[in-house]
Amino acid sequence: MDHLLKLLQANARESDATLAKMLSLGEEEVAARIRAYEQEGVIRGYRAVLNEDLVEQDRVEAVIEVKLTPEREGGFDRLALRVSRFPEVTAAFLMSGQADLMLFVQGASLKDVASFVSEKLATIQGVTATSTAFRLKTYKNHGLLMESPDAYARLKVTP
Amino acid sequence: MPGSRSRPEGRVARHVREAPRSGIRAFFDLVSATPDVISLGIGEPDFDTPWSIREAAVYALEHGATHYSANAGLPKLRRAIAGYVGRTFGVAYDPESEILVTAGVSQGLDLAVRALLDPGDEALYPEPSYVAYGPLVAFAHGRPVAVPARAEAGFRIEPEALAARTNARTRLLLLNYPNNPTGAALPRPAAEALAAFACARDLTVVSDEIYAELTYDGEPHTCLAALPGMRERTVLLHGFSKSWAMTGFRIGYACGPAPMIAAMTKIHQYSMLCAATPVQEAAAAALAGPGAEVAAMREAYEARRNYARSALADLGLPCSRPGGAFYLFPKIEGLGLTASAFAVGLLEEERVAVIPGDAFGAAGAGHVRCSFATGLDELKEAMARIARFVGRRRAAGS
Repeated sequence: MDHLLKLLQANARESDATLAKMLSLGEEEVAARIRAYEQEGVIRGYRAVLNEDLVEQDRVEAVIEVKLTPEREGGFDRLALRVSRFPEVTAAFLMSGQADLMLFVQGASLKDVASFVSEKLATIQGVTATSTAFRLKTYKNHGLLMESPDAYARLKVTP
Repeated sequence: MPGSRSRPEGRVARHVREAPRSGIRAFFDLVSATPDVISLGIGEPDFDTPWSIREAAVYALEHGATHYSANAGLPKLRRAIAGYVGRTFGVAYDPESEILVTAGVSQGLDLAVRALLDPGDEALYPEPSYVAYGPLVAFAHGRPVAVPARAEAGFRIEPEALAARTNARTRLLLLNYPNNPTGAALPRPAAEALAAFACARDLTVVSDEIYAELTYDGEPHTCLAALPGMRERTVLLHGFSKSWAMTGFRIGYACGPAPMIAAMTKIHQYSMLCAATPVQEAAAAALAGPGAEVAAMREAYEARRNYARSALADLGLPCSRPGGAFYLFPKIEGLGLTASAFAVGLLEEERVAVIPGDAFGAAGAGHVRCSFATGLDELKEAMARIARFVGRRRAAGS
């Protein structure tokens, strides 16, 4: 992977000037490459990673396993994309194993998510089964621990 | 009266009493007394040990790894080391007789000089150097002979400089590339020139290659023991502190011809018995496991090196491009300050700690060591503070 992408994945807020120094490139070149990645759709967006448990909000999240009947043309793609377009769905993956799709779904309440499943998801032609589990607590997300482990101070000067 | 036992000081052996206190130690006291310091003075990774290694240490403790191991180390660890060194450096060692597990490279170095020097023998080592070389040779009743490495030569020691200080008593050549404190790495031709010199003068080489995995610009590390004529005269010292971020574990190893390793093991069995057993289990996990994390740390260091070197260049502080380790060694002479005055001034005025270059020997004068084993945000803030300090000094000087 391009080292620039790795650096942006680690911290998308890094300035072009610093990125340029780290990569031994010109600042303009860094800006141009980021623009190109955005235009090509390699970079899909920039988000803050929150510890949702610390944010006051009415929100629940569920993981839903979905079984689908594949279609003669296109397999799972048409149905998976159709399901993905619901705004309640924050992530959707085609999986190996028992279920076909794994969805991450958000709603304001359990009832919200339940009605999404029963009224929207389960009624789609081709969806044969769903299994919903609610998130209770987040320990790690997007590669980041949600609690900072105790910092163990380094000596200030060592040889 | 020196040597008098009327005071406790007089009870200390003369060669220990007379050994200099590490120059770093004095600066450490000063830094410790200053609050809110951003320290670029730390010679260890800022990363914590990869979790799989820590988990292996916990598992080992849970499953009873609380006893002595064989003096030379756990057989499975020695086999893993033999595999790693063979694969990575292209030198084959017999895990039964040619590998000794030590409490870090520091202990390996101590064992090597004690096992290989007769009293009065001379040991050459390049300066600037890690602080332990001279004193450990002196503690072994040898005579340390510092050989200045020139900034113009990228702080790589040159055979001519070694030749000028080699005589009939010269027995050992201690080398450390990639180098602490200068970051100098040894490209293959330079390594071959040193190897040829060691062979021509029939010197024993102790090569501390603790930073071997941390080389940059796509330039691979050259292991001295892998060069023609070197295996039979070289003790290779390596360990887990830097590349695996395991400094506090204190674990490393020595590889060399069986009689030399046997001699080191003889001292080790009486003085240390064995390296800590759960830590040896963690080291075995380090060699079995987290290659991707080690690679990611190296990549992070390289990006920070590029950043910090470029930032220092913007300030007019020239600095040779370090090929390895995690140190920059910029020249600060242009400001009309000694290295100590620069370091103390920067600490007092801007609360940034860098190490005066002469703490690593006289050849380091006029330079300071800046470690980039520090998070990027801190590194950026440190560079901004150094810029203010340098700006004020330039204004005052003009």
